[in-house]
Amino acid sequence: MIPELGQFALILAVLLATAQWVLGLVGASKSHQRMMAMTQTAAIGQLVFVAISFAMLTQAFVTNDFSVAYVAAHSNSQLPLQYRYSAVWGGHEGSLLLWALVLAIWTAAVVAFSRSLPDRFRARVLGVMGFISLGFLIFILWLSNPFVRHLPAVPDGSDLNPLLQDFGLIIHPPMLYMGYVGFSVAFAFAIAALLDGRVDQNWVRWSRPWTNIAWAFLTVGVALGSWWAYYELGWGGWWFWDPVENASFMPWLVGAALIHSQAVTEKRGSFRNWTLLLAIAAFSLSLLGTFLVRSGVVVSVHAFATDPGRGSYILAFLAVVTGLALALFAWRAPKIEQGPTAQLLSREGLLLMNNVFLVGACVLVFVGTLFPLLVEIPLLQSLVGARKMSIGAPWFTFMFPFFLIPLMILLPFGPLSRWGKEELSTVWLQLRAVLALAVFIAAIAWILRAGMSAWAAGAVLLSSWVALGTVVWFLRRRRMQLRMGGEQYGMMFGHLGLAVFLIGAVLVEALRVQTDVRMQPGDTKTIAEYTFRFVKLDHYEGPNFVSDRAHFEITREGEPLTVLKPEKRRYLVSGQVMTEPGIRPGFTRDLFVSLGEPVDIETQAWAVRLQYKPFIRWVWLGAFMMAIGGVCTTLDRRFRRRVEADEPQQVAPVRPLSEAGALA
Amino acid sequence: MKRWLPLLAFALLAVVLGIGLTLDPQRLPNMLQDKPLPEFSAASLDGARIVTSAELRGKPMVLNVFASWCPTCVHENPVLLEFAKASDALVVGLAYKDQPEDTRAWLDRFGNPFDLVIQDPDGKIGIDLGITGAPESYFVDRTGVVRDKHVGELTWDSLSDYARKIQ
Repeated sequence: MIPELGQFALILAVLLATAQWVLGLVGASKSHQRMMAMTQTAAIGQLVFVAISFAMLTQAFVTNDFSVAYVAAHSNSQLPLQYRYSAVWGGHEGSLLLWALVLAIWTAAVVAFSRSLPDRFRARVLGVMGFISLGFLIFILWLSNPFVRHLPAVPDGSDLNPLLQDFGLIIHPPMLYMGYVGFSVAFAFAIAALLDGRVDQNWVRWSRPWTNIAWAFLTVGVALGSWWAYYELGWGGWWFWDPVENASFMPWLVGAALIHSQAVTEKRGSFRNWTLLLAIAAFSLSLLGTFLVRSGVVVSVHAFATDPGRGSYILAFLAVVTGLALALFAWRAPKIEQGPTAQLLSREGLLLMNNVFLVGACVLVFVGTLFPLLVEIPLLQSLVGARKMSIGAPWFTFMFPFFLIPLMILLPFGPLSRWGKEELSTVWLQLRAVLALAVFIAAIAWILRAGMSAWAAGAVLLSSWVALGTVVWFLRRRRMQLRMGGEQYGMMFGHLGLAVFLIGAVLVEALRVQTDVRMQPGDTKTIAEYTFRFVKLDHYEGPNFVSDRAHFEITREGEPLTVLKPEKRRYLVSGQVMTEPGIRPGFTRDLFVSLGEPVDIETQAWAVRLQYKPFIRWVWLGAFMMAIGGVCTTLDRRFRRRVEADEPQQVAPVRPLSEAGALA
Repeated sequence: MKRWLPLLAFALLAVVLGIGLTLDPQRLPNMLQDKPLPEFSAASLDGARIVTSAELRGKPMVLNVFASWCPTCVHENPVLLEFAKASDALVVGLAYKDQPEDTRAWLDRFGNPFDLVIQDPDGKIGIDLGITGAPESYFVDRTGVVRDKHVGELTWDSLSDYARKIQ
């Protein structure tokens, strides 16, 4: 009965989403007050019913209702309770329901926090979001119904994929979806503005916190995915340029470009069409990511169930949403007043450069991800066949710096430049010392760590350049006693986070020490001043797995440091074997032990991988700081100021350098 | 006209994705399928000489990408050892992103199935081949054309099937 209620709630949600869509768009075009007001009621109602539906599915998991096919396929009576909750989104159907729930939450949040918007504009935003929601709800009911019964019930379920039985995976998908779905607000905003035929700077101001918070969630989501891959896949890598990872990275890059271009449009009125286009692109890439993951078009190590029928639906939906949006853009964009054009040497000019590199990086990831598909097209085949080219992690690692390095070189110039027009020499005066200090730091690092590659030293130089440039900007602002609001702190954390991230990403590759050795109890092996002693091997039984667990005692110059217990687990229901590494995290280095294969049963010898991973935590610390930056910006009081929508448009004044305004 | 470009680009993309849906999702794409093996020159494992791709032509060849850091390669090795004994194809090992001394130690320990081992310490040849990881095997006929590739561990059966394609 409970699952049927869940399905019924979902059907009601479909009706409400339809109402939200039609009432929103029609009401706005006819300026019909009652219709527009009902749009909000429909949005809240939709949240209620999607939430009920989600709760019913959760209930089926918690009570082990294996007559529900989806539950039987993704859970088991032995599965610990906390994983039964997260198993709700452990498969395709449930993760789409989570998508719909998150979208309903965002829509309700828009209702709650859009008092400052004109009714018509709000109704259009909600109408567009209603349409998106409708597309997903129909998809769930039609092709991905999690409530389908399998009668008679199977006695027990086939268990949740062991890879997903993990804390990181409990929160990774919700965070990622908060990001993906969050971009739907910016998207709906762009559509509403195009329908209206103008981009009011106040509306841009209203949409900025939404984009920032969505981007912050996406940052956390992507970082959690990376962290999870690091400790759960068992071999110590943190990014694989896998299509599924790339699918989340592309909207992140465009989202990063968008938060910058929105700032310019809000403050200067420039780049209006560009901002609209980016807003459309960010959400379209989120949909594209969903398509890539769900359709099986690009082969990936992520083993999601793939189904061409589902792929066709998502592609059709993507074509409708993005196609209509871009057609609307092509039709209406010329109507939109464009504001002042930007000088290249000005803050907005530098921000345009930032956008060029971020979007360029996104195009790079896009081409790399879809390359296996592109070469299947005969015309393109002959085109690329002439050149030697292939993709894979090495290709991305080689290409990505071409975008990242210029981005970071230019970064400190941006915040220190004036709006309107800037002299290179004036900014350079402030950054000379920063460059000197950054070179000094890189030289020190090079001396301290003999054998550091030029790349690694270059990364230290770039990171110091960005970090110190940001500090100089901060000190300047303090001295001038200019406003430091959430937006300014957000920018600071975001840029410092990028510097921290780069240190981690490059140094862990450049300085890591890794060895694969045969070890049996009693053996020791020393890498990078840490001595690993294989003490013993024991047998350990978890709730739904058995494991061989090794005990490694780690000492540093004779001082005992820690005991690590890597495991080789076998999950009983699925029979899957998992490598659980033993990790000692640290601020400047991780120690990582994982068990390969038993080499000799008699002597209990195993193939063991020992790793010393310097600065790996900085990768996620940097990402976390960027996310904090997004949150700070979102919380800026300036965005909560009530505004009349039709107040005259403003252009941030061109101030003397000493008063240069701030920008996140 | 400029304003129609995004829509145009997207329409092209949608067509490509649509074509993608009709392809078999199980098959890993192989860009080198029925194409000549990319040209390369690499040091042999003992460092004594430079091997070029040109001199490897003339015999059917199995090019196996392996590394001492690769746990699956240990599993795969007995199959290759067996195959090297039974077949007259040239079995070449590409030591991918590996140090020569590590490679040598690994081969000493687990056995050396290769007629020839070449080094790719920085993964440059790997980029040309489009390697997704180790182990990975390329099956090249006597004219130097790639007839198939296999990602991951080879079994005796799959290896025999592939070997037939290059005879």
